[in-house]
Amino acid sequence: MFWYIVRRLFLVIPTLVGVAVAVFFLIRVMPGDVVVVKLRADGAAISEETIQAERKRLGLDKPLYVQFVDYMVGLTRFDLGKSLWTGEPVTKEIAIRMPVSFQIAIMAGIIAVLIAIPLGTISALYRDSWVDHTVRVVEVSGLAIPSFWLGMLIILALLSLFNWLPKIGYVPFWQDPIGNLAVTIWPAASVGYRYAAVATRMMRSSLLEVMREDYIRTARAKGVWTRLIMSRHALRNALLPVVTVIGLEFAFLIGGLVVTEQVFNINGIGKLFVDATARGDFNLIQGLVLLIATIFIFVNLLVDLLYGWLDPRIRLT
Amino acid sequence: MRTILTTATMTVAALAIGVGAAAAQTPRKGGELNFSVVAEPPNYDCHGSTTFALIHPIAPHYSLLVKFDGKDYPKVVPDLAESWTVAPDGMSYTFKIRSGVKFHDGSALTSEDIKASYDRIISPPQGVVSIRRAYYSDLEVSAPNPTTVVFKLKNPMAGVLEALASPFNCIYSAAKLKQNPRYPETEIMGSGAFALVEHVKGSHWVGKRFDGYFEQGKPYLDGYKAFFVKSGAVVPGILGGQFDAEFRGRNPSEKAQLLDKMKDNLTVYEGTWVNNLMLVFNTTRKPFDDIKVRQALSMAIDRWGGSEALSKISILKFVGGVMRPGYSMSLPEAELVKLPGYSKDINKSREEAKKLLEQAGLKDLKFKLLNRNVAEPYTPAAIYSIDQWRRVGVTVEHEQLETKLYQDRVAAGDFDVAVEFQADFMDDPTAQFSKFLTKKTSPSGYSGHNDTKIDEMYEKQRRTIDVAERTKIVRDMERYAITQAYNVPILWWQRIIVNHKKIQGWHMTPSHYLWQDLSTVWLAQ
Repeated sequence: MFWYIVRRLFLVIPTLVGVAVAVFFLIRVMPGDVVVVKLRADGAAISEETIQAERKRLGLDKPLYVQFVDYMVGLTRFDLGKSLWTGEPVTKEIAIRMPVSFQIAIMAGIIAVLIAIPLGTISALYRDSWVDHTVRVVEVSGLAIPSFWLGMLIILALLSLFNWLPKIGYVPFWQDPIGNLAVTIWPAASVGYRYAAVATRMMRSSLLEVMREDYIRTARAKGVWTRLIMSRHALRNALLPVVTVIGLEFAFLIGGLVVTEQVFNINGIGKLFVDATARGDFNLIQGLVLLIATIFIFVNLLVDLLYGWLDPRIRLT
Repeated sequence: MRTILTTATMTVAALAIGVGAAAAQTPRKGGELNFSVVAEPPNYDCHGSTTFALIHPIAPHYSLLVKFDGKDYPKVVPDLAESWTVAPDGMSYTFKIRSGVKFHDGSALTSEDIKASYDRIISPPQGVVSIRRAYYSDLEVSAPNPTTVVFKLKNPMAGVLEALASPFNCIYSAAKLKQNPRYPETEIMGSGAFALVEHVKGSHWVGKRFDGYFEQGKPYLDGYKAFFVKSGAVVPGILGGQFDAEFRGRNPSEKAQLLDKMKDNLTVYEGTWVNNLMLVFNTTRKPFDDIKVRQALSMAIDRWGGSEALSKISILKFVGGVMRPGYSMSLPEAELVKLPGYSKDINKSREEAKKLLEQAGLKDLKFKLLNRNVAEPYTPAAIYSIDQWRRVGVTVEHEQLETKLYQDRVAAGDFDVAVEFQADFMDDPTAQFSKFLTKKTSPSGYSGHNDTKIDEMYEKQRRTIDVAERTKIVRDMERYAITQAYNVPILWWQRIIVNHKKIQGWHMTPSHYLWQDLSTVWLAQ
């Protein structure tokens, strides 16, 4: 297992280099000049001389290959450069937004697990009963309703019923747990519902498949209690695809809460990504893509390790 | 002559709902003002910025030499300057600076700091962006003693005081500028009513009362917090108690939503806005090089009808020429209606438009209208114009792009007709005409025409100090610009501010850049 992890970690390097190279060149195909957007702002008349001076100051006048070499050399020192918009280091810009996005993704994941595993199991156990149908309605609604729309409904409900909205601004959980949860619970619930729907569906179908396996039939034939069959044999095996879905959704949520973050005024990674793209802030986009790629890679690794824990046969191979 | 535009009149109508006698109350000390800002500045440097996103959170930290009076716009009143005199020939302005003014770090502010700040604007050191350096290029600053600043003019220049009252001309510390001319980009250190507490990028900005502020007894607030939110979050934010104000402007529908839920707790201000939307015809492309086509397209648009219809659903409202309607130098309505595109008889106007198109040999004119993909007010303006053109047999495709792509295309001259906007912190013609000039004179002369007559008129008004004479030139220039129709205004904007009624001491001006230092603002509850 140790060497397996080491091998996987080594594979991270070429993957990230590939991502870095691809994103560097691909975003430069994108039209639009961050300097013009920044200086012209409210439509001011900016001289070409001022624009060129600022481009020079930011190093955007250098040939593309020089910019590329600077970027790659910076990466070897974990230096992602400075935001072309604010002039602050990219790592600092990301660090400000990372905790809130990370927390919402974790909370959404917890909500999803807490809903999906029991509901998916009940739905599979009582297949084609009214219980199953009810769960499936909830589940299909979760898939059909976009998270941001659910978020808007939550905001409208809070406003209409309580004339209240949570305060804007992220406070770390350890500083003010109630203030923190008042801000994060609503976006977590709105994305967690969709997340739960995907996982519930996967849990149900996976469990139904496992329940048809020979070893379950054998256990039943031997007179093992249903509860024991479920907890010892069925659930553990049925969880494999569910773990994959939960892992991938988690990685997606780190950078994918774009609209939901806007709806709830959350200062997260998704909002930063949209702003960086709208402004043409190449350095920040590069940093964010690398971050998300890294998270995907590590979440995949974690999922693979969980596979080994859930199914010893995988560990042995 | 203490102000150039003393005869200017304003047509800001403030409709106060639920204010009652509050305005007459004695200002109350204490409390924190929470407001939203629908954009965030890239950095903190006033001299390198053109956006309200900087002014709204940052203006309370800085003093200016002089400023516009929020209660009596466009009157210019003292800020750091205690008083001033103007040389009889108008070629020199001498300002007496207040004594005992302190920066937030406790150091004394003298005329040297004002000189250093204006030197930075007029001749920025390498690496410093000064957006308006050309605007001030005729000025030379000197500081003969710690309480005197003299601005000498190399050439006659109209509107000097108004130009010096720019909210972007923040006064920085000369000593700090000497150490690092770029310190204002990343650090706040001014002499304004509030000192910086924190800026959490992407989230909020917090300021607290500066006890050493030079105006006795001010500011009234303990502090303020500005939240950076998207425009769509303003109404829910006010309804949900997240903040109490937004100082840029809301549209009629948002005003109605707020009044519907919180009528008794709001103050509504409405008036003209120093912003307009205009059509820019690319004169380097056929058939827009033909004056008949440009005039026909302007004449096909019913501005008076549009004002009535669009003002209900958008911030577009007032019919005007190049200068804001109601401004002292703008063309009176009686004269405006004689110009192509401004007749109140739209049927007659459209008949003439059809004839002009026929004379130009264009029976089935088709073109693309380039626009930003920003809903308010760009989309309704474009849709309205397209429908108006359809009525004279012109087919137009609406091409909406992300702002940065739009800007690239317009700057490169890659468009037929574009929907562009004009916004500045004041009405002065030198600022307002910049998009009507040739590209040689103005970088935003997007229509690409080579008509130097308009540049000559522009230069002449810029150099004419006598207000009456300047007004005459400006009106001639306005008539000429609208007749030539390289660019034609569609409609001017209405500024609607809906704040919680507890906010007192704030006055709406026609510019969302002005009167935002918050030194006079107080909370009634």
